[in-house]
Order: sequence, then C-alpha cells, then structure tokens
Amino acid sequence: MSTPVIQIKNLSKYYGDFQALSDVSLEVASGERMVICGPSGSGKSTLIRCVNQLEQHDAGQVVVNGVELGKSRKALREARTHIGMVFQQFNLFPHLSVLDNLTLGPMRARKLSREKAESLARHYLERVRIPEQAEKYPGQLSGGQQQRVAIARSLCMEPAIMLFDEPTSALDPEMISEVLDVMIELADTGMTMMVVTHEMGFARKVADTMVFMDGGVIVEQSSPAQFFSNPESERGRLFLQQILQH
Amino acid sequence: MRNFLRSAGATLKRRPGWLLLLLPLSLSGCAGQLQWYVVSPMTESGRANLLFMLGGLKYTILLSMTAIVISIVIGLLVALPGLSKNPFARGFNRVYVEIVRAVPLLVLILWVYYGLPIMLGVAINVFWAGVLALALSDTAFEAEIFRAGIQSIDRGQLEASDSLGLGYIDRMRYIVLPQALRRVLPPLGNQLVYMLKMSSLVSVIGMEELTRRANEMVTAEYRPLETYTILILEYLVLILIVSAGVRYLERRLSRRDVR
Repeated sequence: MSTPVIQIKNLSKYYGDFQALSDVSLEVASGERMVICGPSGSGKSTLIRCVNQLEQHDAGQVVVNGVELGKSRKALREARTHIGMVFQQFNLFPHLSVLDNLTLGPMRARKLSREKAESLARHYLERVRIPEQAEKYPGQLSGGQQQRVAIARSLCMEPAIMLFDEPTSALDPEMISEVLDVMIELADTGMTMMVVTHEMGFARKVADTMVFMDGGVIVEQSSPAQFFSNPESERGRLFLQQILQH
Repeated sequence: MRNFLRSAGATLKRRPGWLLLLLPLSLSGCAGQLQWYVVSPMTESGRANLLFMLGGLKYTILLSMTAIVISIVIGLLVALPGLSKNPFARGFNRVYVEIVRAVPLLVLILWVYYGLPIMLGVAINVFWAGVLALALSDTAFEAEIFRAGIQSIDRGQLEASDSLGLGYIDRMRYIVLPQALRRVLPPLGNQLVYMLKMSSLVSVIGMEELTRRANEMVTAEYRPLETYTILILEYLVLILIVSAGVRYLERRLSRRDVR
C-alpha cells in the first residue's frame, strides 16, 4: 500500500475530566478500508470525528493528505472538501430538496456551476439507486433512502476519503442492507474508507484492517481474518462474543 | 393576495365565532348616550369624519412596516455576535439588548424627536423620528428572537454543513437562517402586531397616524366614546388582517416539511 492519506499521531482528547482518547496513533493508506469497532464510549466516534475536526483534539496531530489540521481555518475548510462524512442521524437539510442537498456543497465549497453540480448529483443519486427521488424533500423519504441521499451528498464533493460514523445505527433493521450494499459498492471502487460500525458482516466483507477500541485506546489492530477468528486481546474476544452471539 | 383573502374568508366560515366581535358594537348602539352621527357613513359630515380618521391608516402602516423591516435587519445583526464564541461579541449583544430593552418606548420617541437633533445638529422629521424610535426599541426583542431561533437548530445541521466545507456565511445563509426563520415566524408576527399598536405612541410628537387623527376628531367634535371606539375597531381590523397574513405565511412555509 502507498503513502498514508490519514496520519493520526499521539492523539488525545478530553471532555472536561473525561479522557475520550489517549495517545492514539493510526495510519490509513490510500484505498484502505478500515473498520473501527468497540463498545460504546470507547472513543471510536470521537476518533473518526477528529479526522475532519468536528472534534478538536487536545494533543497530538491529525495529518490528512500531508496537511496538518487544526492550524488554519482555511486549510481545514479546504481539507474538508476532500473528506466526506456520513452521520448516524443522516443530517440532511430538511428545508432543501434532495437535489439541492446534493448541489449545495459542490456549488458553494467547490464553486462548480449549477449544471455541473446537478449532473454530478444525478449521477450519484443513480449510484445510490434513488434517482427518482431528486425532487422530494428529506422528510418524505424512508430512513434508508435518507442515508443513501446523505452518502450521495458526500460523494458529490468527490472526496478522497469517506468517513462513516455508525451509518446504520439509526435505521430500522429492514433498511440496513440497502445502505450497506451501497457502501460495499463504494468500497469496490477503491475509495479510502474509515467506518465506525457494529455491522460485523460488512466488516468481514470489505475491511482491509480491523481496529478494536476500548477505553479511548486502540486495543487491537489486525486483518479481519485474524480479528474474527483469533483476536489477540481478551477484551476483543469478549466484545466479539457479545455482538456475534445473536 | 387573492389566496390570502380566500384563506381569511375560509377562516371566517370555519370559525364564525369571529363575528361575535361585532356584537359589542351593535349592542352599544342601543344605549341612548351614543351619538353615532359623528361617524355615520349615512350623513355627509359623518362620512367626512370617517374618511379623516381612516386617513391616518396610511401612516400607521407605513411607520410600522418601515420600522419592522429595519428592526429585523438590525436585530439579526445584533443576534449574531450573541451566538459567537468570542466573549466580547457576546458581551456586546448582552449590553445592547439590556440597555435598549430598558428604555420605555414613549421616552425613546420623545428623546429621538426632541433630543437627538440637538446632539446631531440636524432636524429629524416626525416620520423618521417615529420610525427610528419604534425600530430601535424593537431591535432588542428581534435580537432575542433570532438568537433563540438560531440556537434551536440541531447541531447535526451545523456539522453536516462543516463537513461539506461550507464557511460561516454560507452556513448561515443556506442552512441556519432558512430553518431558523421558519421557527421564528410566529414570534416575528407577534412583534409586527405589537409594532402596529405601539405606533400609536408616535401621535405624541404629531405624526398624523390613526391615533393622532382620532385625537383631533375628539377635539373638534367632542365625541370621545364614539371616536375612540372607531379607533379601536380600526386597530382591530388591521391587526386581524396582519395575523391572518402571518398565519397564511406559516402554513405555506411548513407545507414542505413533512417530518
């Protein structure tokens, strides 16, 4: 694998007295698909949110595409246009149509013309298999459709990296697979992905690297084959037992 | 406009209770003390008097509308620093709101009309003195309304906007304000109604709006009961129309947000 696009060095983050991340270091190579798992409160969401600086770290470094984030606001905004983010709660803009949700970023942050932005938007709506919903408003769509729109919205920025923060956790069970299918297809295109999820089936299928976190530290980092069959750590073993039981 | 009239008509049809508002008027006609001829549309002089009173409508509306537009713009500009992380910006917002809110409107009108020209060395005409005082005193309330409205926007909306690489101005313009505006429409409507009523105070500096005209009528005809009753009805009708307008706007804006 080539040079890392994301480098996280000795990252620490506090919420008041609570230490959410302690001295975390991590590298993601171009085209790598990394799945981060761990019990709730383990710091996995905080870690992924530090990559595009929705959370500011207190110590350490986040370097994306060779640029250290957190130094200049302009550099951060520029970097964010290359980092797509998909949220647990979709966070679509409810007052804008699906099409306008998709074109806003490209038009305002990438300065594309409306025609270009719209053709991009229609292209990615096709990719997430809901081209017919372009004129609707987010509130008129199902959860699974909304999340696919959110994925398309990020893809319209043509990012180098996609971050997923528990993208299926807020979905009804019957809608999870339609979102995962879109994510698997995306992985097949060679997109660099960091995914926080509890969907172990998805992880097994697409992950190059599994990261298991607990208590604000990376407990284990290995290949999925290794992690699922024979986790090194006792905590990893326990975690897998708990979530694979059912 | 036609839509609006239709919706007002429909409201009346759905809730005929509104017609009860006319009851006191018809009842009061029975009392012997009332001399409706001063404002009766049946007589020549009554018609002239009525038209004279209605002539104030133009300035009441012009005053209030100009003032509310100005106060909404300034109110928003005052609200934004109140949401900043910078303690000085927040301090400015607090101090502005507390001071402006503490000045009684009537006092502010007198100060702007009689005092401000001395300070600035230029005369201010009655209309602009009225607009200035009304707008200024309202900015504090508008600022608080906008601050609350903007703060009510879900954090996820801001994060989504940030993650798309949008800057502060784009975020405000395309994400935050359009949603906040929808939420603050009811309190903004309230402020407009309040403004229409408070514009009556500008009569003290000689603005020829509804209240001033009524006062002049009372001086000329000496029929305060009838004249002020008509005045109340004038405000009532005006404000009912405005309320219906605000409600119509609310319905139109909320139609798309099926959640």
